[in-house]
Amino acid sequence: MRDTAAREVRPKYLNLQALLFEIRLPLPGWVSILHRISGAFLFLAVVWLLFMLDRSLSSQAGFDAVKRYMDLWPVKLGLLAVVWAYCHHFCAGIRFLLLDIHKGVDLATARATSWLVLGASIALTAFFGWKLW
Amino acid sequence: MNRVVTGAHYGLRDWLAQRITAIIMAVYTLIILCVFMLGLPVNYGVWKDLFAQGWMRVATLLFAASLAWHVWVGVRDILMDYVRPLGLRFTLEMLVLFTIAGYLGWTIQILWR
Repeated sequence: MRDTAAREVRPKYLNLQALLFEIRLPLPGWVSILHRISGAFLFLAVVWLLFMLDRSLSSQAGFDAVKRYMDLWPVKLGLLAVVWAYCHHFCAGIRFLLLDIHKGVDLATARATSWLVLGASIALTAFFGWKLW
Repeated sequence: MNRVVTGAHYGLRDWLAQRITAIIMAVYTLIILCVFMLGLPVNYGVWKDLFAQGWMRVATLLFAASLAWHVWVGVRDILMDYVRPLGLRFTLEMLVLFTIAGYLGWTIQILWR
C-alpha cells in the first residue's frame, strides 16, 4: 500500500534512501559505476604505489623493507583492492572502447559482456593474488 | 554555448585523449605482464636493472604521462557530475591538478635518480 503511494510522488529526487533501496541499477550500470569508483580509487592509490616503487628502487635495504612491508596482511589486503580496481578498470575500459565503435550495444550482448567484465576482473584478481603470495 | 571556467572543452579532444591514453596504458600493462611472466627471480638486482634500461624508463614515463592526462579527464568528469558549487569544484580541480603534477614529477625523479 505504502509502496504504491510512494511510487506516485513526482518529481522523484535522488537521496541516500533512493540510491540504496529504491533505484535498481541494471547490470551494465553496475559495471559503469564500478568503473568510476575503481578509477577514483586508483587515482588516490597512486601515491601509495609510487611510495613503494621509490623505496624498492632506492637501495637493497629499501627493497627488503618494501618486501617485508608487503608481507603485512593489511598491506596485502590493500594491494588486492588495487589489483581488483586495476583489473576491473582495465576490463570495463576495453568494453567501453568496444561500445565506442558500436560493438556489443544490443541489450543481450551488453548484459553478457557485463557479466564477463565482472567475472574476468575477479578471476584475474584471484590469479594475481595467488601469483603474488 | 554557455562556457564556464571549470567545464570541459566542449569537443572531441579530451574524449579522444582519454581513449588513446587508455590504449597506451593497456599496451604497457601487457608488456609489463610479459616481463614478469619471464620468471626472473624477484630480487633487488633484477628489479634495479629492469628500471635502469632505457626502453623501460621511456615506456614507464609514457605510461605516467598517459595516466596523468587520463586521470585528469576522468576525475574532472566526476567533479563535474557530483560537485555543483563553482568555488568548491574549482578548488578540487586545482588540488587534482597539483596532485597529478606531483605524481608526474615524483615518477621522473624515481626513474632518473
